[in-house]
Amino acid sequence: MSLAARIVLHLGSLDLDVELRADDGETVAILGPNGAGKTTLLRALAGLLAIDRGLIELDGTIVDDGARTFVPPEHRPIGVVFQDYLLFPHLSVLENVAFGLRSRGTRRGVARQAAAASLARSGLADRAGGKPHELSGGQAQRVALARATATEPRLLLLDEPLAALDQSARGAVRRDLRAQLASFAGMRLLVTHDPLDAAALADRLLILEHGRVVQTGTFADVSAKPRSPYVAELVGVSLLRGIARGDHVELPSGASLIVPDAGSGEVLAAVHPRSVSLHREQPTGSPRNVTMGRIDSIEQLGDRVRVRVAGAVPLVAEITPAAVLELELVEGTEVWTAVKATDVTVFPV
Amino acid sequence: MSRRGRRTPWLAVLVALIGFAFIALPIIGLVQQVPWRRLWTDLETPEATAALRLSLICSLWATALSVLFGVPLAWVLARVSFPGRSVVRAIVLLPLVVPPVVGGVGLFYAFGLQGLVGQYLYRWFDIQLTYSTAAVIMAETFVAMPFLVITVEAALRSMDRRYEDAAATLGAGPLTVARRVTLPMILPGLIAGAALAWARALGEFGATITFAGNIQGRTQTTPLAVYLLLQSKPEVAVGLSVVLLAVCVAVLALLRERWLGAG
Repeated sequence: MSLAARIVLHLGSLDLDVELRADDGETVAILGPNGAGKTTLLRALAGLLAIDRGLIELDGTIVDDGARTFVPPEHRPIGVVFQDYLLFPHLSVLENVAFGLRSRGTRRGVARQAAAASLARSGLADRAGGKPHELSGGQAQRVALARATATEPRLLLLDEPLAALDQSARGAVRRDLRAQLASFAGMRLLVTHDPLDAAALADRLLILEHGRVVQTGTFADVSAKPRSPYVAELVGVSLLRGIARGDHVELPSGASLIVPDAGSGEVLAAVHPRSVSLHREQPTGSPRNVTMGRIDSIEQLGDRVRVRVAGAVPLVAEITPAAVLELELVEGTEVWTAVKATDVTVFPV
Repeated sequence: MSRRGRRTPWLAVLVALIGFAFIALPIIGLVQQVPWRRLWTDLETPEATAALRLSLICSLWATALSVLFGVPLAWVLARVSFPGRSVVRAIVLLPLVVPPVVGGVGLFYAFGLQGLVGQYLYRWFDIQLTYSTAAVIMAETFVAMPFLVITVEAALRSMDRRYEDAAATLGAGPLTVARRVTLPMILPGLIAGAALAWARALGEFGATITFAGNIQGRTQTTPLAVYLLLQSKPEVAVGLSVVLLAVCVAVLALLRERWLGAG
């Protein structure tokens, strides 16, 4: 059971030519800058746009072949969570969730019961009678997801599901969403421009630039070997999973990262390569995080060099070619990395 | 340092006042003529009751027909792109600017006994529209429907179509989308358009008298009665006029928030 698609589509100045596949139980994140064609790709999969050429095959059924076959959106087994959720403002929360079942011919009473049960599972039973505008951002997100999954689609498309939320609500909603996605059995496709969403929610990334796939793989693969400056900028941050303990984050290796305020629980600590400095001898100074490691790889990317350091605190440093020469850095060299505590950003997962 | 605001252009204010007075004075003139104490008795005369009842029935029919045909028309103009769409829109909106008498003449040569369509209606079905209540309804619909079309089309154009996309991905076919999403979302626009169309139908004069004539109880609507009674029974004419005025004020009040803005 899978999705296999080649989508060729011209829309305005966008020239989209993308191949992608997804399997059951898998979450694929589509990352890319604005205008890369992410939303257009989702719309084509949902059937809101017809493709010019190519093939969209879902569980062995062709839903669009760019010519004779075009299955309209209402007949595709696909659920969509739209960017700003698009909950129908004139319907109650319950009616919003029941909308899909009602449209597919389920009797009103049965549809409402199913919707009420689904809202109860999302912890929103007391909101069923309210109107969408009375919901908080996180609640609206859960209602949108409940509405999209009520008809048990095979493929779930999420268009920037966290973009409408303010930064303070994001962490909690992201954690929520991860649990909800895990309980959805089909394939999941997530469009985002936030690498953290991708890191926290997706099994695999697909990076889109100017309508083309520039790279695909797990987050670890892609961030280890970014293939373009944009990808490096996007996912090139070092993400370290660990347990927050107040003023530091404990890593699986036993080492810890000093941070201004970690909170508690499972977190991702993000360190931008630009804020990592490399030293041949143990530096003394204000940076709180000084650890020893061994250079794993050195790669030139545009006008800078990415140096990957393995060790108790694995980090990537972005330095100039001149610095590489001066410090005589080669693969296998032992170096000290230094990062200021204030340059570590911590996100709850 | 004192802050000096912009100077008020007094000349413009003066001219504006004259303009305002020009519109307000006739209304004051009408209201001060109303024989308030006898108003009810005047409105109970046979001519007045017949005219009021006919006006009510015909204007409601005209509003219903405007909604029935106007909403699909507005939808086609807003959502379907086809060659000549702007020409079709111009024709639909023409009754807004054409003198109603001219509209009546047109109706006469389209649906009258010798008319384009009317001759066959008469020959094949023995239907004669001229001088009938149906003719009044047609005349009123002719002038009223553009108000509905223009308002509903604007509502359809300003609506966020992604809600329709969302409904489609939830399994709703085009008709379900229209019924459960599009229509409810443009409902305020539809109500405004229907109210405007109703007010216009109620006040219709020129096309009605040209196409339907002036037969008491059958085609003599309130505006026609007002015009005729102004000679013989001016107090009844004034009474009927103030009823029409009150209806228009009520419609404006209903549309206040949408059309007149705040303040």
